[in-house]
Amino acid sequence: MITLAHFIVLGAILFCIAVAGLFINRKNVIVLLMSLELILLAVNTNFVAFSRYLGDVSGQVFVFFILTVAAAEAAIGLAILVLLFRTRSTINIADIDSMKG
Amino acid sequence: MDTQLFQLICFYGFATVTVASALAVITLKNTVHAVLALVLTFFSAACLWMLADAEFLALALIVVYVGAVMVLFLFVVMMLDVDVEKLREGFVKFLPIGLFVAVIMLVEMLGVIGVRAMHAQVVGGDPALAAGVSNTEWLGYALYTRYLLPFEIAALILTVGVVAAVALTLRERRDTRYENASRQVRVDPRKRLRLVKMGADHANESTASEEPRT
Repeated sequence: MITLAHFIVLGAILFCIAVAGLFINRKNVIVLLMSLELILLAVNTNFVAFSRYLGDVSGQVFVFFILTVAAAEAAIGLAILVLLFRTRSTINIADIDSMKG
Repeated sequence: MDTQLFQLICFYGFATVTVASALAVITLKNTVHAVLALVLTFFSAACLWMLADAEFLALALIVVYVGAVMVLFLFVVMMLDVDVEKLREGFVKFLPIGLFVAVIMLVEMLGVIGVRAMHAQVVGGDPALAAGVSNTEWLGYALYTRYLLPFEIAALILTVGVVAAVALTLRERRDTRYENASRQVRVDPRKRLRLVKMGADHANESTASEEPRT
């Protein structure tokens, strides 16, 4: 029998994997963006589980909005990435330090 | 077989695939492979959402994420000519601290969840079915009544996203020829073509024919 804890534990594991991904891939912007998507997926899983558990539709509505905003964010993030690569011909975060004081 | 036992087996199967492919996303060397692993993660997460009776969102996840966002990622990854080896330096250096933070965070989260899970909260019946409608209808009813203004704002955000993405990547090239439609329309035909009345010149016809015609 699936309990609420099953879904929350899965969400926690996904979230921690994504945070570890942010740490160990801190040079590659593309993998950083993908880790962000994983974090959002973990949060969405929690929303869906609680919506199901409480019988409340608001959780699923919020997942809908998060999906919308995340899609727009991914589009703009990738556009910035393409722009960055065109002007600096690198996506290494260590090389993007022109605003360093 | 018992339905609930079957559901539990399905949950563990999908959860294993989700976690394994999420691990692959952050560890794979080739970025294209990482994107494909992320596709697998989203797909199995959609299966899990379907187990939680969120059918509309599960299908939206597949259509929006796997169908659109991940394809966008793949396009960008393949468009950029990236030196992967250079990007991976520091992978081993940051591995311990990344694992450390992740494990500490996981232990804390599991601690919080464990306290609540003492009394096992069984996920009840499908709330949409209890209301006598399908999941899509249930969600759509809330979306178009109580959450109508946020829904419109979400549409606005998507429009802004499209415009911003195009405006950022649009490259203006100086050396191309282009048509300025408004200047074309504004042109006065009388300024372009001038009719000149000339008397016929029969005297020296041979020289006139040799003149360059303009």
